[in-house]
Amino acid sequence: MKTKLMTACLLAALAPFAQADDKLATKVDKLVAESFKSGPGQDMARLEQDETQKICSVTRNNPTPAQAQAINAREQATIKYPDGNKLMGDWKNGEKLVKAGFGMRIGNIEPDPTAKQKGGNGGNCYACHALDPKEVAAGNLGPSLTGYGALRGSSDEIVKYTYDKLYNTQATVACSNMPRMGHNGILTPAQIADITAYLISAESPLNKK
Amino acid sequence: MKSKVMGLGAMLALAAPMAWGEASVADYRAQLADKDANPGILIIDKGERLFHEKRGPKNASLEKCDFGLGPGKLKGAYAQLPRYFKDTNKVQDLESRLLTCMTKLQGFSEDELKAKLYADQRLNEDNTDVEAITAYVAFQSDGMKINPPLKHAAEKEAAKLGEAMFWRRHGPMDFSCATCHAEDGKRVRLQSLVNVYKPKDIQATMSTWPTYRVSHGVVRNMQHRMWDCHWQMRTPDIDYGSPATVALISFLTHQAKGGTYDLPGMKR
Repeated sequence: MKTKLMTACLLAALAPFAQADDKLATKVDKLVAESFKSGPGQDMARLEQDETQKICSVTRNNPTPAQAQAINAREQATIKYPDGNKLMGDWKNGEKLVKAGFGMRIGNIEPDPTAKQKGGNGGNCYACHALDPKEVAAGNLGPSLTGYGALRGSSDEIVKYTYDKLYNTQATVACSNMPRMGHNGILTPAQIADITAYLISAESPLNKK
Repeated sequence: MKSKVMGLGAMLALAAPMAWGEASVADYRAQLADKDANPGILIIDKGERLFHEKRGPKNASLEKCDFGLGPGKLKGAYAQLPRYFKDTNKVQDLESRLLTCMTKLQGFSEDELKAKLYADQRLNEDNTDVEAITAYVAFQSDGMKINPPLKHAAEKEAAKLGEAMFWRRHGPMDFSCATCHAEDGKRVRLQSLVNVYKPKDIQATMSTWPTYRVSHGVVRNMQHRMWDCHWQMRTPDIDYGSPATVALISFLTHQAKGGTYDLPGMKR
């Protein structure tokens, strides 16, 4: 009873903030609607938020445990697997894909060539992660993945975990900073399998000492 | 000048513990800090000439433009922007205000001006008139404290909306501004990223825009920076002088309050 009462009090105390957040989010939606150019070369759908993006924005990437659980479940359900369910692809192609990744930029000022405006160009992984220790120009927004497979092994669980993580990072970490590479169409399932192999394979330079 | 450059290098060295490779980046930055060698000065001169020249369908100069301190008062005006303007009933930053003056005083059409706002570095273009005039007006606040007003309700609202916009995740990358700019010591590849919640960091950034961007070969302004970030976030083009850009710039400028403008800047 006591805990119930305390929960009720806590909820009552939090409710005004939640309302204020919603109001603010509505105002920001209006701001966005007034501030981007529509027309040829633009894709206004990119500014529409899905439920996950909305929650991560309003909570500033700090969802409540209940919100995080809902996000994990919803995003897990989006994961698609490659033909034949082969989650370990070609690590050599994976190596190319982690380096490549320019594209998907639109608009009328400096758009990428039309063929590159869709996904499938690569993961641009070095922007945020260290991978092959020989590549020194690696960002640090995400954790280092050097020695990923050497540290974790190549069990079926690790392979699936890795594939899922790449396809939709928010299936495991709600409001992760990482793009949902597969779900958002940045990489295809086959490409994700290739990168999975690059991370896990013992032959991959990333796992060599 | 030499000791100033060395002093700056030392300051940068103290600013943050450096990861491997960052010391050489700091050296490079220190070399860029020599203002006498900043090509942005040439663009500021061009902006000065354009500002005083009679131009546009109304054949008028911009000498009567009010950037917040009264018509024609440029000294320190940029240091107190963005601010609320009664005549437009809007909060405006330097560039949206300039657009107001160029349309109202000189008779240029907004569509015409917006058709070519930014020099295209891929074509090795020179700065546009709007870019040059912006750099000139901003330069009149060199050495002054960043001090945007926060009295009018609209000014408070703009800064608040700007912060919420800063955290809004959208687009195929799921990015918001905060993805890259809310933590210390982060980099994309080897490019250091500013943490807007760290006063020293954000002051160092905001105090040095407009800036000569070596990789572009031209002076860039804050509106271009806002467009550039959104373009990299894979959104549609964010509109020049739009409420969202002004809100974001309001938020960022308030975060940097107390810093001292050091113009023009020079960056990668």
